[in-house]
Amino acid sequence: MNIGYYPGCALHGSSNDYEQSLRACLGALDVQLQEVKDWICCGATAAHSLNHKLSLALPARNLALAERDGFQQLFAPCPLCSMQLLKVQKAVKENGLREELSQIIEADVRGDGQVLNLIQLFERVGLDRLKAAVKEPLKSVTAACYYGCLLTRPPDVVHFDDFEQPRSMEAVLAVLGAKTVDWSYKTECCGAGMTMASEGTVLELAHKILSNAADHGANCLVVACPMCHVNLDMKQAAVERRYGKKLDMVIYYLSDLVGLALGLSGEQLGVNRHFVTKA
Amino acid sequence: MDLAPNQLLRLVQLGQTDAALRSQAIWECVSCQTCTTRCPKEVDCAGVMDALRETSLAHGMGAPAQQPVVSFQKAFLDNIRRNGRLNELELIARFKADVLFRTGRLAFLFKDASLAPQLGKRKKLHLLPEKARDRKVVERIFARCSNQADQ
Repeated sequence: MNIGYYPGCALHGSSNDYEQSLRACLGALDVQLQEVKDWICCGATAAHSLNHKLSLALPARNLALAERDGFQQLFAPCPLCSMQLLKVQKAVKENGLREELSQIIEADVRGDGQVLNLIQLFERVGLDRLKAAVKEPLKSVTAACYYGCLLTRPPDVVHFDDFEQPRSMEAVLAVLGAKTVDWSYKTECCGAGMTMASEGTVLELAHKILSNAADHGANCLVVACPMCHVNLDMKQAAVERRYGKKLDMVIYYLSDLVGLALGLSGEQLGVNRHFVTKA
Repeated sequence: MDLAPNQLLRLVQLGQTDAALRSQAIWECVSCQTCTTRCPKEVDCAGVMDALRETSLAHGMGAPAQQPVVSFQKAFLDNIRRNGRLNELELIARFKADVLFRTGRLAFLFKDASLAPQLGKRKKLHLLPEKARDRKVVERIFARCSNQADQ
């Protein structure tokens, strides 16, 4: 299976452990990721906060490049990148912005084609096929599946899963032989891109999420977003210092757990490069 | 937050836009889209937040206490304009210098400095980051989208 791949800046920056995990895991499933040539940053929170037009134009350029390269399916592992791409498709198809955006970005953007997040990519592979490929069932894993904000919101842009009670990640974990917990914070926000600009916000939100997962019996937390991982993994030591308690919650990318179940090692997946690692 | 999303909307409806534009709330908002998703009247509240931020900056009304957030977002966009893709180290340096210049908080410069060696150990720091090939196109896209908030 050949799929267009828009990594986004995080995966080529400090979240390169996520890219390592994806490449190892998806390679084992015979999914070939073909990077969109000459992609640019989608503008992220900064663009939609300060300049609406720019926040459509930057991802529109990437969408047009993916269309030029002939990708019917475009995988964007960062939910913000993914949501912004879907927002552009909506603007082009429903709001008549195709001509204006195409002029701004010096390329024709049609807005057809499918944008996929990581969970949808596994659904595309097929949960039956995934189940058949499992070599090491994850018997010791009791996970809190954390969706954060943008995998399911805003629903009229992303049209994915139930936006209050999503279950798609739990379905993936079930075929891996892992247990999952019911908990209260699966769609709460972790503070996203505020990690540096407003650290207090991130620590408060991360503390609530991590504590709630632990209180409901989870021994790890699973994400499908680079920023969620930064705030819950890299900032976990700062959360522990600020709130005076030990959390020791391992944070996996969804592809880590799929990869481990397929028999890959933590080193192959980059799990050893996380901040919080299993003792 | 000094104002909840529904209060911000009410201010705008009542024409008291100055209070909304000067609020801290619009910069404390993390764009989680919960307000948009749950609004019983289907108002895109998060979209209104974006519009308030853009307008607030255009009129130089950004809340002083939220300067770090404003500095960060501006430094981020400037970084993309020049590189096409994000250069994290350059962003951090620029952001810290800007906050120091505007607030005089020297301690801010060294905050999180201890993370650098830890990131290095995990091969998460890129001293020679990649740039987009078509940076001239990126510059032109920015120019065509330019607004007063860029200044």
